[in-house]
Amino acid sequence: MKVTVNIVRRPDIADPQGATVARALRDLGHGAVRSVRVDRSIHLEVDGDDPDQVRAEVVRMCEELLANPVLEDFEVVVEG
Amino acid sequence: MTAPTDDLKFEDAYVPEPEPGPEPLHRRLGLTDDEYRSVCRILGREPRPAELAMYSVMWSEHCSYKSSRPFLDRFPTEAPWVVVGPGENAGVIDLGDGWLAALRIESHNHPTFVEPFQGAATGIGGILRDVFTMGARPVALWDQIRFGPLDQPRNRYLFTGAVSGIAWYGNAVGVPTVGGEVAFEECYSGNPLVNVMCLGLMRSDELVLGTAGRPGTVAVLLGAATGRDGIGGASVLASASFDESSTTKRPSVQVGDPFEEKKLIEACLELYRRGLVVGIQDLGAAGLSCATSEPAARAGVGMEVHLEAVHVREPGMTAAELLMSESQERMMAFVDPDHVDQVLAVAERWEVDASVVGTVRAGGTLSVYEGDELVAEVPAASLSEDAPRYRRELGEPGWMEDLWSNTLGLVAPPDTSKTLLLLLDDPSIASAAWVYEQYDHMLFLNTVVGPGHDGTLLRVKGTTKGLAVSTDGNGRLCYLDPRRGAARLVYEAALNVALCGARPRAVVDNLNFGNPEKPEVMWQFRETVEGIAEACEALGVPVVGGNVSFYNETDGQDIYPTPVVGMLGLADPMPTSPPRLDRAADGMDLWLFGPEWAINLAGSAFEQVAFGHVGGRPVAPDPTLAAAAIDAAVTLAADGLAPVLHDISDGGLAVAVAEICIASDIGVSLRVSDWRHLYAEDPHRFLAAAAPEDAERIAEVAADAGIPARRIGRFEGIDIVFELPGAVASVDVETAARTYREAIPRRVG
Amino acid sequence: MTRIGVVTFPGSNCEHDTVHTLGLAGADAELVWHRDTDLAGLDGVVLPGGFAHGDYLRPGAIARFSPVMGEVARLADEGRPVLGICNGFQILCEAGLLPGAHIANRDLAFICRPVEVEVVDTGSVLTRAAEPGRRLRIPLNSYEGAWVDPTGEGRVVLRYTDDPNGSQDQAAAVANQEGNVVGVMPHPERASEPILGSDDGLVLLRGFVEACREVKV
Repeated sequence: MKVTVNIVRRPDIADPQGATVARALRDLGHGAVRSVRVDRSIHLEVDGDDPDQVRAEVVRMCEELLANPVLEDFEVVVEG
Repeated sequence: MTAPTDDLKFEDAYVPEPEPGPEPLHRRLGLTDDEYRSVCRILGREPRPAELAMYSVMWSEHCSYKSSRPFLDRFPTEAPWVVVGPGENAGVIDLGDGWLAALRIESHNHPTFVEPFQGAATGIGGILRDVFTMGARPVALWDQIRFGPLDQPRNRYLFTGAVSGIAWYGNAVGVPTVGGEVAFEECYSGNPLVNVMCLGLMRSDELVLGTAGRPGTVAVLLGAATGRDGIGGASVLASASFDESSTTKRPSVQVGDPFEEKKLIEACLELYRRGLVVGIQDLGAAGLSCATSEPAARAGVGMEVHLEAVHVREPGMTAAELLMSESQERMMAFVDPDHVDQVLAVAERWEVDASVVGTVRAGGTLSVYEGDELVAEVPAASLSEDAPRYRRELGEPGWMEDLWSNTLGLVAPPDTSKTLLLLLDDPSIASAAWVYEQYDHMLFLNTVVGPGHDGTLLRVKGTTKGLAVSTDGNGRLCYLDPRRGAARLVYEAALNVALCGARPRAVVDNLNFGNPEKPEVMWQFRETVEGIAEACEALGVPVVGGNVSFYNETDGQDIYPTPVVGMLGLADPMPTSPPRLDRAADGMDLWLFGPEWAINLAGSAFEQVAFGHVGGRPVAPDPTLAAAAIDAAVTLAADGLAPVLHDISDGGLAVAVAEICIASDIGVSLRVSDWRHLYAEDPHRFLAAAAPEDAERIAEVAADAGIPARRIGRFEGIDIVFELPGAVASVDVETAARTYREAIPRRVG
Repeated sequence: MTRIGVVTFPGSNCEHDTVHTLGLAGADAELVWHRDTDLAGLDGVVLPGGFAHGDYLRPGAIARFSPVMGEVARLADEGRPVLGICNGFQILCEAGLLPGAHIANRDLAFICRPVEVEVVDTGSVLTRAAEPGRRLRIPLNSYEGAWVDPTGEGRVVLRYTDDPNGSQDQAAAVANQEGNVVGVMPHPERASEPILGSDDGLVLLRGFVEACREVKV
C-alpha cells in the first residue's frame, strides 16, 4: 500500500527556512504571500492488505524514527 | 531515534507544566516563597503576573548565578591589559597597537539533552552574540563537548546530533570552528555537556558596552521575530484562547537561524563602525527582561517599554510570554534619537527586522506597557542586583579519603603494545577528525595551526601578532581532587598556548557541576574555583569571564565536577615557523621536558581505559615548574628550534609520542626506566622533536628556563618502539594510525 | 589595474578572503553588493563562498534572483571572466550560467579538509595558467558539494584525484563551452599562502586575473 507521511513542524517552533522563502517570494513580486512553512513528506510502499494495520505500523515508524516529537507532528495518509 | 525522556531539568527552575489548582503562581514559575517575599519587599506590594515572570527568569540560577556568585568573587580579574572584566557580555583584553580581543565561553547543556542538534546549534548562536555585542567581529569558535560512552545508542544520537548542530550553525553563520575537545565518560550519559567559546577582534575605538545611555535614548529591537521559544507549551499565563489540544508537555524548543544571525552580525558591525549606537545588548536567557533591565541598571537609568511594538512571529502572546521568550538572533540597540532613522535604514539594507520598543528615562524604574495597560513596573536594577545570593551548604564528601586510598597498585606492566592500541582506540583520546572535518576551520584565512594539534594559532592580518588559544577540561581528574585537577587544567591550557609561542594573557572558565543543593557538589565547586584562582594568580593571568552550569544530574547521579578553561595567549611576533605535530622527520631527537620521575597513575586514562579504575590522588601542580615549562616552550617556539612540540596529557608519554609519529608518519624508538613513565599524566611536561645539531641550544633553553630536559629517543623507521627494563614493545605506525583515526568513525557508523 | 568585483549576498562569508587573495594574485578586487546593477568598469566578477540566504530551499536558489545577477549574466554573455567559488558555483548553476546542480556529499556530512585536484583542461579562465596534468592541493569545505549534470554538457576542467564527495565525473571545477564562466567547489583562495599550508591555489587565481586583464580594451 502507498503511504504518505507529512512531517510538519509544530506550529510554535520557529521555521527560519519558511520565513526566508516567504521574504524571497515577496521580493520576486508575489506580494500576496503572507507566510510560508517548509515541511517534508515521505513516501512509503508497505506490504499489507489492511489499511488500518498498515496505518498503525507507519504511525509506529513515525514515533520511532521518521518524526522528532520535540519539533514535529506527523500525519499519515494511506492511499485507497 | 529514541524520544527524549520526560525527565527534563531546567536550571532556571521554570516549571513547564503547571497544574490548575492551589499552587501559587510564583511557585509555578519556579520562585521560592522567600524569593517571592523579596519581590514583595522590593515592590512594596504584591507583584503583577508579568512582574513575577520577569523576576522568575532573571533570578533563575542560569541568569543570576545565585548559588555561585559568592564563590566566583575569588577569581583574580585584573591585569594591565584587561579592558573589560567579568560583568559585561564578554571579557575584553588589549592586544596592543590598537587591537582588542573579546572572549567568552557558555554552556548549552540541558537544551542539548532535549534536542541535540538545535540545542548545540543555538549554543553557538548565543556565544556569538555575546561577543559581537561588544563591538567585535567574531573570528573563531571552539567546542568542548562531553557525552556518555558511544556503545549506547542514545549517546551516539546526542553526540552526532550535537556535532551536526554545531557544524550547521557555525558553518552557515560563517565563523570558523577552529578547535575544541571531545570526551566520553559514563557520568555524562544523562547529562551531555556542550560548552562553546568565541573569540572576537576589534579596534579599540570599536568597543561597545551594554549600556542604555542617557534619558531620551531609544531602544530598538533588532533581529528575528519573537515567538514562544523556550517557554513551556502550556504556559501558565497563556491567553484563554490558547488551544488546549495542541499543548504538549514539552517546551517550545529554541530553533536557530544562522542566516538571520549572519545578517545581524553584519548589520551590527556596520552600526558600530558608523557610531550609530550608544550601547547594545544581546537577548539570551531571560530575553527582553534582561535586555531592558541590565543596560538600564548599568547606566543608572529607567526605561519605558512598549510590548505591542515588538515584532512577533506568533499572534496572541501575553506580556509575560513576551518578557520571557528566548527567541534567538535578537539584539537590543540603544540609539540616540537623532540616529534612529539611520539605524532602521541599516537594518533594512541587511534585511534585518527592527522595531522601536522603548525609551530611556531618568530614575531607575522599568515600566512595561502593553498598549495603554501598564503590565509591569519594577526598579530596573532589582532584577539583576537584588537577585538572591545563596551561601549553599558545602561539605567535603565522606568518600574522598576512600577514593584517595583506592589506588590500583599494579606491580607488573600490562602488555605495552596492546595497551597503547587500547589507549589510541579510546574515543576521548583518539583523533577527533570525524568531528572537526565537519567544521569549517579555515574560513577567514587566519588559521595557522588548526585542529589536530595542541593549541590553536591564529594570525591577526595586518599585524605581526599571533593569538594562541587552548581549551581544556578534565572531569575525572577533578572528581579525584577538584582543587588540584582544576589548577592543573589552567596550567595545561597555559602550556598549550606557550607551545605555540604565545604568553598566556586571559582565562575564561565554564564550570559544569551537579546539583548545588548537595553539600558535596558545592564543596567540589568551591575547591574547583580555588584551584583555578590559585593557578591564575601564580601565572599572573586574569579571569575575564565565565559561566556556571549547575543541575547536571540525572536520577540523583551527578556528573564529575567538570571545569572547562579557555586560555588566550599573545605572540608578538607570531613565530615564523610554528611548531606542529606533523613535522617530525627521520633522525630527529625526541626530547622530554619536565621531570622524568612521573609514576603516579591516579586519574590517568591508562587506569580508566585499561582497567576501568578511577581512584587514587593525582599529584599537585608545581607553580615554579609550570612557569619554567612555559618559558621554555615559548622560547623554543619563537626561535624555531623545535619543529614539533607536544604536551603530555591524556594517555601520558606513550600516547603523546604515538600522536607525533602518527601525524608525521615516522617511527620512534625510546627508552624508559620504569613502565609507569609511559602512562603517568603528571603536569608541566612536553615533548620536542629537533635536529641533533640543535641539541646544545635546546639544552641551554631548558637550563635558562629552569626545567629539566633530556633526550629520550630518536625518530626513525616505521615502528613505535619502547624499550623498558627487560622488554621491548613495538607497534607499527600504520596500525597505530589506523586505530587512532578509526576509533570514533567506527563507533558512530 | 585589473578590477575584479566580488559579490556579497546576504549570507556570503568568503568575500573578504577572496578580495584579499585576488590582491595577492595581482588584481584590484572590490566588494559588490548583491543589489548593485552597475558593474561598469569591472574586468571580471567572482561569486564567493558562503551560505547565501542560509542555503535555505536549495543553495543558491534565492541568490540567483538578486539584482546583480542580471549584470553578471550580461558580462558572461560578453565573454568576460566569471568565477563562482563553492556557494558561488552553486549560484551559477541555479542561474543557468553553468550546467548541472549540486546535491549533498555522498557521506552526508560537511567536509573540511585539503583535497588533491588535477588540471584536466586548461581552456578556461581558471585553469589557463596551469599545466595539464598538474596536481594541486586545495581545501574542500562544503556540504552540498557534489555536482550532477544530467545533460552531460559540462566541461570538467579540474578533477578530484580521489572521490571525496560523489561529484559526477569527480568534477571539482566546471566551465561553460566558451571557457569564460567557471565554477570551482574547493577554495583556491584558501590555498594562496604558505603560512596557511599551501599556495597551490595561486596558479588558478593568477590565471583568472590574467584572463580579466586580457579582456580590457
